[in-house]
Parts: sequence; structure tokens; C-alpha cells
Amino acid sequence: MSYRITGSTGEWEIVVGLEVHAQVVSEAKLFSGASAEYGGEPNTHVSLVDAGFPGMLPVLNRECVAQAVRTGLGLEAEINLFSRFDRKNYFYADLPTGYQISQFAHPIIGKGKVLVDLADGSTREIGVTRLHLEQDAGKSIHDQDPTRSFIDLNRAGVALMEIVSEPDIRSPEEAGAYLRKLRQILRYIGTCDGNMEEGSMRADVNVSVRKPGETEYRTRCEIKNVNSIRFVMMAIEVEAQRQIEVWEAGGTVDQETRLFDHVRGETRSLRSKEDAHDYRYFPDPDLLPLVIEQSWVDELKAALPELPEAKRARLEQEYGVSRYESSVLCVEQAIADFYEAVARGADARLAANWMLGDFFAALNRTGRSIEDSPVSAEGLRELLGLISDSTINGKIAKEVLEDMVETGDSASAIVERKGLRQVTDTGAIESAIREILAANNDKVEEYKGGKDKLFGFFVGQTMKAMKGKGNPALVNETLKKLLSE
Amino acid sequence: MSGIHDFTLASARDALKARKISAVELTNAHIDAIERLDGQLNSFITRTPDQAREAAKASDDALAKGEGGSLCGIPLGIKDLFCTNGVRTTAASKILGNFVPPYESTVTANLLKDGAVFLGKLNLDEFAMGSANLTSAFGPVENPWKRRDSDAKLVPGGSSGGSAAAVAAGLVLGATGTDTGGSIRQPAAFTGIAGIKPTYGRCSRFGTIAFASSLDQAGPMARNLQDCAILLESMAGFDPRDSTSVDTPVPHYEAALKRGVKGLRVGIPKEYHVEGMPAEIEALWQQGMNWLRDAGAQIVEVSLPHTKYGLPTYYIAALAEASSNLARYDGVRFGERVSAPTLDGLYEASRAAGFGDEVKRRILIGTHVLSSGYYDAYYLRAQKVRTLIQQDFLKAFENVDVLLTPTAPSGAFAQDEKPSDPVQMYLNDVFTVPASMAGVPALSVPAGLDARGVPLGLQLIGKFFDEETLIAAGHTIEQAAAFHHRPTIHAGVSA
Repeated sequence: MSYRITGSTGEWEIVVGLEVHAQVVSEAKLFSGASAEYGGEPNTHVSLVDAGFPGMLPVLNRECVAQAVRTGLGLEAEINLFSRFDRKNYFYADLPTGYQISQFAHPIIGKGKVLVDLADGSTREIGVTRLHLEQDAGKSIHDQDPTRSFIDLNRAGVALMEIVSEPDIRSPEEAGAYLRKLRQILRYIGTCDGNMEEGSMRADVNVSVRKPGETEYRTRCEIKNVNSIRFVMMAIEVEAQRQIEVWEAGGTVDQETRLFDHVRGETRSLRSKEDAHDYRYFPDPDLLPLVIEQSWVDELKAALPELPEAKRARLEQEYGVSRYESSVLCVEQAIADFYEAVARGADARLAANWMLGDFFAALNRTGRSIEDSPVSAEGLRELLGLISDSTINGKIAKEVLEDMVETGDSASAIVERKGLRQVTDTGAIESAIREILAANNDKVEEYKGGKDKLFGFFVGQTMKAMKGKGNPALVNETLKKLLSE
Repeated sequence: MSGIHDFTLASARDALKARKISAVELTNAHIDAIERLDGQLNSFITRTPDQAREAAKASDDALAKGEGGSLCGIPLGIKDLFCTNGVRTTAASKILGNFVPPYESTVTANLLKDGAVFLGKLNLDEFAMGSANLTSAFGPVENPWKRRDSDAKLVPGGSSGGSAAAVAAGLVLGATGTDTGGSIRQPAAFTGIAGIKPTYGRCSRFGTIAFASSLDQAGPMARNLQDCAILLESMAGFDPRDSTSVDTPVPHYEAALKRGVKGLRVGIPKEYHVEGMPAEIEALWQQGMNWLRDAGAQIVEVSLPHTKYGLPTYYIAALAEASSNLARYDGVRFGERVSAPTLDGLYEASRAAGFGDEVKRRILIGTHVLSSGYYDAYYLRAQKVRTLIQQDFLKAFENVDVLLTPTAPSGAFAQDEKPSDPVQMYLNDVFTVPASMAGVPALSVPAGLDARGVPLGLQLIGKFFDEETLIAAGHTIEQAAAFHHRPTIHAGVSA
């Protein structure tokens, strides 16, 4: 189902392209040896190069180039063996040299793609136009003094990848799915931590609207620096609404840069096209063109980890889990790894079921991540083993898992301590059932008179009498036998 | 040797090694000369006599132990475009204020490592932008030479005018210069000294304040080519901190002096016979050809067809880069700040007060040629023409080993003869700019005096990284020209 917004003149389609700025995971900055670590006291991760001191020169950090190439490979993109750095000139207090070094005319990565999964189970391919390397700017701090601003250059010069999508996105949902998938790929490859709160991933959102069937794009607006997936989706929706209202009122949308105000749920004009900067791009004469070898690209490719799409397909095939289950398990590499550690040597489908259900619920409840899970993969595997070999039943297993989370004890220890071993002695089950049936003669008559639903009642009563430890299959079987006597 | 001021760098080096003089003696003599003469010449922006004496003392200690590098105890002056650790560095601009770098440029670090003694920081055109050393915020430099018939103050050329004047007047034994479009060669010619602009990438640009990054190249200035060769060997070398520096071994340049020119093919670019060039320059050029031919070289006419586009394309390419390079002087992090209520106001006020007229003119031109709508017509086209100019040289060098041309279209002019049209001033660089655009090495040697007694230079242009052949050919001219004239204002002469 295509996403449509209904205005007063009928339905509208939205057209969205995203420019994602992803901070490269690297020890040092793009052109200096200063630490690229997030945080730190203001102006402690700054070299003279970052601060734009006279006579200082940039020297390209090869690891950042490798990270860009790895990312390009993860996006199945063209890797440009020749690329070049340009200067983007503008004045701002947190831009020490008065220009940002970026790749304007010749980016290192060309066309690629991202496959996104949508809620209705369908998938869509979103094109990637290009990826280029550039420097981040510093930070201006305006709220600490009534008359002065402060500048923190810790981020100045940190490497960013700008990943530009084609205008292929047609709904807020697709935008969200694209960002999540992109973040997933970056995290898998280890080229960006994707942490939007710390600003290591931010998006500029280009939005336009048009009538379904129109082939040309209408004027777009760019919403700058949106810093969460939810806000990107909200911004698209309100901006599309705004543009539709403008068009429907007989006006025209002006090309401009806008800001998203999530508190008021609106976008506001930042600057119009006429006020747009003239960045006076030109090749940075301090740097040689970046020429890389195909053999190096091949080496990087060979060393890439398994990517989400491939892992998802493999889990489906290897463990017989559903497509949905495998995509959830592959959201993060650590989850997939955890799953595989559980599934090897256990019932793989049961493992998927438990991870997606009670195990994730336990993580959520305790606020823990997979990396510091209170239950290890081995621990969970042992628990599942106890279910498979009929030592305990599923319901008891839930209780055991809760205990494991709480106490850190092993599943078997808990089963022993609490005496939860399930009863498989048919004699014991039979006598428990006979007692229940005897005590509920009236219901037995009703059942036999055709009220089948009462079967569940007998099961429940039996299990209750057996403190939940009855083997469910045996209880069912014996009940059926005795009721048909 | 009649006195301490008759030393060349090479002879001083030898005398120091032989312990015939002490480094302290040599340094003190130069400090005295600076105190005596530089009030008039204004070749220094910052003098560092105390540091110099200390360094000289250390040199003597090293020499006494039989140690010390190739420049141990040699007093030098440093163009004030090279950042020097703990010593104010100004680029001859007000905008840097009292900026004291906490770092040393690679070129000066190399010289220090070899034992050089720095006497101070030398005057220049503001940000190396000028051809007469008239744009310095610290006042003009006077050429130590006078015309025979007048007492008019002559310009020393630019932008390395302070370096040239200090060397010519004997205030230093050698100096660093930088050359973007002729800033070593033209002042060398104007002051009767030698100067080498090495191949682009030969000397690191790290720590040298940038004018036009793709053209800037440091080089030595001294009384003769032997001295320049000794200095260049120290200054040059690969530097991982400059991505455009080239990783190729530095030869023993001094050894190239005696190679001679037998069998060398010397090209004469016909396009350098520009209209309106004084006859005495043409005559000197011819003289140069004769000297080289007499020494066994073969003179060949060559064509560099894109020569006439050199100057306009240079002033586009260089100023485009300069407009961006100088953006960092904004009053925010270092140098002079003029406060204002808004950030844009702070920029405008600081840059208006900090930059001189010529620098502002060049920033405006450079900004314009990069602007949307003009980029293709100016910057991009200039880059294409630059490639053609480079190809001119590569083609010429298929047939010849070096090129011989005049260094400048005139001798030094008087400070008050400065052309009112800035473009006229730019014409000073007409012969030096093409080699800069191509990145090939070039040098200037003094070759004679003009009719009014002012020195003139000849330029040799060489193949990429073949400074040695240049030095050999240049030394042949030096010997033939036997240029032993001294300027009016000179350390050996009592003022």
C-alpha cells in the first residue's frame, strides 16, 4: 500500500531523500593525530592542525579512508579508486580554518543501495547516490555567558561520512526503516556507532510532495540536522503537510533550508535559497588526490564481517527460523551472535521463540543490553535443554528464567532447589486427574453432553493440583482417556 | 680575507671548523652590523640577539669537540613567514599581532638541527604578497644598493625583500626565502645575490604561513650559489607532515657546483623577449648565453607558447588559494581581535583592521574567481592553462637541460616610482611566474649592473628535482660574470 496524504484537492505522494552524517569510528581525526573520542573536557582533543594555526597542514588518516571503503562495500557501492578533497569555504566561529575539507566533485564512494524491510513484510531498495568523507566542525556554546560565546573544538576535524540517498523514499516509515537499516550496516561493519544521542549520526531531510502519477519532482525543502529516527519521521510528516497546504492554497513552495522543532511539531525557515552560502568549492591544494589500489579494496572486502542481509538469510536457512524472526535476531550483531550461541546445541526454533519472547522481555525489564545480559547464552541453552528433555515444561521454564535473572543461578540448580522437575509418572498424573474428575462430577456430565470447552478447565485444575509440574502432553493424553471412559 | 664581513657562508663554515674564528665572534659581528645598519634598511621585523649569542656559544662548544652540523655557528636570517618556536611570527601583517608559535617550521627546524644561528625574523611583503616589499605592516625595506646618480631609496624586490636586503648588506650570511611567483628570485636579482626556488615539494611547507599552497616553496638566499647549495641541502627533505612534500633523496648540492656545463643544452624561450623590455636586459641575457656557450654548452631556441598566459592565470590560481588560506585570520583564536557585538561584525572589524590594502585586494580577487558563476570562467580555466604551461616546460625539457632567461624585466626601482596601477606591479613577475606554475626549480644569479649601477640577475629554470644541473649552470655564469660589486650600504663599510 502506497503512503498517501489526503489534502483538500485529493491525494498527495511524498518524495524524500536523506543525507546522513555518520561519524567515522577511528582513533584519530581525519587530518590530524588528535583523539576523535567523544566527550572530554572542552578543547582537550585539539591539535594545532584542528585549530587552524598558521602553517599547519592536513595529513589524511588512512584508517578513515579504510572505514569509508568498508562502508561503501557494505552498501554494495562503487568504490572510486580516484577521489579528491575540496575546500568548502564559509566563516563560522567553530570552523577554525574558514573552510571545511570535504569531497565535493569526486567522492570516494559512488552509487550503492540499501534494502529496507517494511512492517507489512515487503522490502524496498533505496538507492545511495554517494558517500564522501569530510571533517566535522567544532561546537559553539552560546548559553554560558550573556555577551560571549564559547567554542569547543574537540569535534573539529573528526571524520564524517556523508551518505546521500536517492529521492527514493516515499513514506515516513520508509525513512525510518532506511535509517535503521543504514545504522545496522554501519554498526555491523564497525564504521560508525550510530549513536544519534551523541550526534554520531544525524540526518538532513529533503522533502517534496507531488500528486500521484506526476513524473517530475516539485521544489524540495531541506530540514537540517535532525537527530533521531523518530524526529526524522515526524519532520517528514509535518513538512509534507505544510507543503501540501501551500500548494493547495495556490502558492508555491520555495526552496529553502528549514529547522524541525519537535516540541511545537513544526518546521521553520532557516534560510532561503537567495541567502544560501556560496561555498566556493575548490580542490584543497594542501592534499594530493586520493588514489587507492583495487588490491587494497579487495583486502578490506575479504576482511568484512558477515553483513545483516546475508546473516538474516543464513539464520533462516541454517536454523529454520522465520524471516521475521531472523530479521529481529539480526538487528544487532551481538544479538545474532548470542542467538547462534544458544541455538547451537539446542532446539533452534525454540531458541528463537524464547529469545524474541521471554528473554528480550527480561532484558527490557532489567534495562540491560545483550552485551551485559544477566543470563548467558550457555545459561539460556541449558534452560531450553531442560524443556526439550521434558525435565520441566514451558510454563515452569518461565518461572525458572525469572529466577535466573534474579539470582544468577543456573537453570538446573533452580529446578532442583525449587523442586520444579515435571511429573511424567503416568500413575501420579492419573490419580490427580481422577480426583479432579470426582470432585467435578457435574462438569464431567456437561462435557460429555457436548460442552468441549470444559476440557481446558480440567487441564487447568489438574495442573493447579500438580503445582504446574505436570507434563502437559501426558496430562492432555490421560485426561482424554479418562473422560472417554 | 680582510675582515669578518668578507666571509661567505662557505668560507665562514670552513673557518669555524678550522677554529680560525669563533661562532660567538662571527655572530657578534653580525649583530653589530644589524644594529648599525638596519635602522635604515628595516630588513628585520624581530631581532633575536640574545638567543643568537646563546646558540653561537653552543656552536662553539660543539665545534670544540669536533662536532656540529653543516651549518654549525652560521648566522642566518629567517623570513618572517616561517613559524619559529617561541619567537614572534608576523607574516608582516598586523592581523597576527604578537603571535608566538609554539612550534617550529620544518625548514627552520632542519637548519637548527644543522647548527644554524638565527639572528631574527626578516621583513617581507604582507603575507608574501608583493614584489617590492612595500606592503609590509612593519614598513618598507630599503635596498642596500643605490643608483650611481641618485640617493633615492630603492626597493629590494619582494616578497622576500628583507631576506634579500639583509644578505646583500652583509647582515646575515644567508637567509630563508619563500617563492610563490618569484618572491626569492626577483629580490635576489634586485639586490645582487643568489636565490633558489627549488622544485615544488622539495622543501616542506609545514609551519610556513601559506600564501598559495600549490605554489609556495621555501628556498635559500645567499651571496653566491655555493652558499645557497649548502643551505638548500639542509632545508630540503621529505616531511610526512606535508602531504605535498616529495619523498626523494636530497643530493649533495654543493658537489654539483663544479660539474660545469660542457655538452649541456641550454634553451632560450623565444616568448620571453617581451615587448618593452629594456635593451640592457636583452644585452645581459645575450651575455649569459655567450658565457654558457663559451663554457661548452649548446644554446637552443625553444618555445613555451603559453608564456603570455602565465601572469593572468597565476594571479587567478594563487589568489583563489590565498582567499581561502587567509580565512583563518579571523580574530577568533589568535592574533588581533577587534571586538564587535556580532560574530560577522567581529570578522569584519578584525579583518578590516588587520589586513593591508594589497592583501585585501588579493582576497577579494581570489574570492571573486571562486564564486558561483565565475568559477568555470576563471579558476577552472586557469587550472587548465596551468596544465598547458606545465606541458610547455615538459616538452621543452625533452630537448634541453635548462632554460636561461632574465629574472626580472628591470632592475630595482625607487620606492616612490611604485606604479599606481597594481597590475603594473604584477608585471615584475612575468619571467618568474611560469616556473612556479609548472612547479619546476629555478634560480637567479647576479650577472651585472644596469646603466645606473643597479644589479641585474639571470634566471635558470630546470627539470623537476634537477636542482643540481641548475646549480652547475648557475655557477658557470657566476664565475664568468665575476660579480664582485658591493652595495652602498654594507656591513664591511663604515656607515
